[in-house]
Amino acid sequence: MSYFGNIAKGIKTLLTGMSVTGNYFLHSRKGAITQQYPDNRETLKMFDRFRGEVVMPHDENNEHTCTGCQKCEIACPNGSIEIIWDRQLDPETGKKKKMIDKHIYHLGMCTMCGLCIEACPTDAILWAQNFENSVYDRSYLTKVLNKPGSKVKAGIED
Amino acid sequence: MNISLSITKNIHEWLFSIMPEGIASITEMVLIAVVYLAIFAVAGLYLVLLERKVAAWFQLRIGPNRVGWWGLLQTMADALKLVSKELTGTERADKFLYNLAPYFVIVSSLMALAVFPFSQEFHAFDINIGVLFLMAISSIGVIGILLGGWSSNNKFALIGAMRSGVQTISYELSVGLSLLTMVLVTGSLQLSEIIEVQKNGWLIVQGHIPAVIAFMIYMIAGTAETNRAPFDLVEAESELGAGFHTEYSGMKFAYFFLAEFINMFIIAAIAATIFFGGWLSPFGITESIPLLGVVWFLGKTLVIVFLMMWFRWTFPRLRIDQLLTLEWKYLLPLNLLNLILMALVVWLNLTIQF
Repeated sequence: MSYFGNIAKGIKTLLTGMSVTGNYFLHSRKGAITQQYPDNRETLKMFDRFRGEVVMPHDENNEHTCTGCQKCEIACPNGSIEIIWDRQLDPETGKKKKMIDKHIYHLGMCTMCGLCIEACPTDAILWAQNFENSVYDRSYLTKVLNKPGSKVKAGIED
Repeated sequence: MNISLSITKNIHEWLFSIMPEGIASITEMVLIAVVYLAIFAVAGLYLVLLERKVAAWFQLRIGPNRVGWWGLLQTMADALKLVSKELTGTERADKFLYNLAPYFVIVSSLMALAVFPFSQEFHAFDINIGVLFLMAISSIGVIGILLGGWSSNNKFALIGAMRSGVQTISYELSVGLSLLTMVLVTGSLQLSEIIEVQKNGWLIVQGHIPAVIAFMIYMIAGTAETNRAPFDLVEAESELGAGFHTEYSGMKFAYFFLAEFINMFIIAAIAATIFFGGWLSPFGITESIPLLGVVWFLGKTLVIVFLMMWFRWTFPRLRIDQLLTLEWKYLLPLNLLNLILMALVVWLNLTIQF
């Protein structure tokens, strides 16, 4: 009897599968996930978790939150991040303090693993959703993340 | 010449009035062959487009929509590209068989098209063993696949071709037996005769339970005959590259590709003719306009083609042992039982007729 039971069960499961795909077929016009990219360049918004490139957000006073702790540089498995830093006199306390000169990010070497962003204790670097990263020369892929003249936000190191 | 070529009577009479009889009938055959070739080369291309569109909708995509309005010229452009491509081959391939194989496949699938009654008038070759002819011709195509796989000197192609042989030999039985079940009702193998019988109700209604079972078996076996998913072991992309046509390029590849889609059309057309009344309209609503028969025939065929596409984008591929288990342990015994059931139904006059 299980012979015919198997046939009935097989037909039932096949019909279940067909109803699922048939449902998708009927609703394909509304739910099409295709992005017709160059046409919708203005309105296209990448989803939040997309890993485009690493950026360092600056606020309106041109201040970032990077303390130069170099944890991202250590965390990076292929040396995409280089931090050039210096000990300078802090104008407020008068003590010598570690400050970044340049936070260099080699986009060409980055594998978008995200370990630097996880390692950052102050959330100074983040993922940007920008995906149009093609350039005409390789040297453009080396980016300095901190803007010129920027400084670390006060109180972030406490 | 007892072949009744009855597509358009006017051309027929005109040809016979200006030429001697022998030359005229040969000219007529050539004309009809050219018309069929032209129609079905284009129809095959549009089936490819339909497949791509339907696949896209099943996967919540849009599908080709750039070349021409709504992507309608996409497959034309693809065919033009394939024509202009270089024909490559492997070293130490059996050149003669390698070049011959695509023609076997495409010619056998185009030959089968000749016997379909597209409407009462549009019927190139009304042979009295129509169903048998269809079965015989549609199984010749596998020779081309075997030759192509054997002669390309490639492991993947060889494995794909051998799988195709196993599959076609097995499923040929089920296709034949399920059609034989329906022949019990019609009492004739001639396709025009089969359609004549269905004026009292389509065969799937006339034969009720055994006809529905036969239709299900026919659809499963027919899908396997055309080597389409879920029975596409022959060209299982993830296992064999492209299977038997791995080493083919350019127009020879296009022949294989086109033949696959024309075969799908043929399987659907057989189902439409034998189970769903061919060019007959439901309840004879457009009986007064014979030309609409073509529309009904193509409509029914395309619905069944869509069903096969639905299968393809729903079911996962079978393993080779599952494929053979399905045929020999399930389809074949059921088919034989169904044949007896149908014989009883016909004998006891239990068919439903309007």
